[in-house]
Amino acid sequence: MSLISVRDLAVVRGGLRVIEGLDFDIPAGQALVLRGPNGAGKTTLLRTLAGLQPAVAGEIICPPESIAYAGHADGLKPALTVAENLSFWSAVFGGPGSGPALSAMNLTELAARPAHTLSAGQKRRLGLARLMVTGRAVWLLDEPTVSLDTASVALFADMLRAHLASGGAALIATHIDLGLAEISTLDLTAYRAQPGRKPARPAGFNEAFA
Amino acid sequence: MRALLWRDLRLAVRAGGGFGLSLAFFLIVCTLVPFGVGAGGGQLSRIAPGILWVGALLACLLSLDRIFALDHEDGSLDLLATAPLPLEGVVAIKALAHWLVTGLPLVVFSPLLGVLLHLPDAAQIWLVLSLLIGTPALSMLGAFGAAITVGLRRGGLLMSLLVLPLYVPTLIFGAEMVRRGAIGLDVTTPLVFLAGITLATLALVPFAAAAALRVNLR
Repeated sequence: MSLISVRDLAVVRGGLRVIEGLDFDIPAGQALVLRGPNGAGKTTLLRTLAGLQPAVAGEIICPPESIAYAGHADGLKPALTVAENLSFWSAVFGGPGSGPALSAMNLTELAARPAHTLSAGQKRRLGLARLMVTGRAVWLLDEPTVSLDTASVALFADMLRAHLASGGAALIATHIDLGLAEISTLDLTAYRAQPGRKPARPAGFNEAFA
Repeated sequence: MRALLWRDLRLAVRAGGGFGLSLAFFLIVCTLVPFGVGAGGGQLSRIAPGILWVGALLACLLSLDRIFALDHEDGSLDLLATAPLPLEGVVAIKALAHWLVTGLPLVVFSPLLGVLLHLPDAAQIWLVLSLLIGTPALSMLGAFGAAITVGLRRGGLLMSLLVLPLYVPTLIFGAEMVRRGAIGLDVTTPLVFLAGITLATLALVPFAAAAALRVNLR
């Protein structure tokens, strides 16, 4: 039983197809890491899966309202405190309270600080803590470890491991090794769109995720 | 929904939120006009309805680009679009928050400025009523303009060009209502038109604005 499946998906950026013929399944408890050079379409793919832009071909199969997206921007309001930012998203998504999320990303001591006084890494930690309060099963993460130090990356890996252990799934565009056994890797280079011809699909690919 | 409204109101009153900016602009315009026009000869009381309405309209326009631009910059708009709220509801709530922060203070302070502009006493009630009925349409139409221009840098001028023509009917009937009230005529016709425009705007524009947002988020 996979939480999110993609069949023969093609996505566009700026009117041009960047990825074609993409197939994958992510079962509950598993994470898939997207690899590929700059411009391979990692962000475009994540935005398409999040529903922010339509797919031009193929289908995305996942339960409704199961996706939480975290892009390059953290969606924080500088004038609100850390706790207010989190409880806002918790209320919008109707998810669990913000206490566990604060402690998971080591933000409890910063809870009363306005978000504009945080450092870049602290902001990112708050942005990642937001994923926990959404209560959604599938996390789509775009370069989640940017500006995080080693300790914070470990915190994030722990949070991700707990999410997967509780039956969640994740699709992550990152170049960092998170050191999790539940992670498989997908290289997007093989699916790069080529005008005029259908790209060959590597055989036996789906078995890797069965 | 309520959380979004609270957040927007809280952001507006905190530092740099822009609360009071529109009101200050409205006060300045309406205080400067008597100096420019001169207080004598009943001129001022004749043009007062128009000045008050134009002032309210420009004050409203001043803060429109904040409705979606800030949320777009910091990524919250992407997250709101993936949240379990309908985007139409997000538009309506953000327009409501804009009205509470800019429109409502104008309504409350308008009688004071009416006095300053020699608006006849009989027209005061109609001034307040017309602004109360008309300004929600200004905020909602403004949210539409802001939704169309959300991805553009320096989109303020384009937004003004898009939104100002849409404001004209509200301006005409709003100012006409006050003018008729000032000279003791029946205000029913402009009142009904003004209310009709506002209700139609509130009913239809959230859908148009949400569609524009979806296109701009791609």
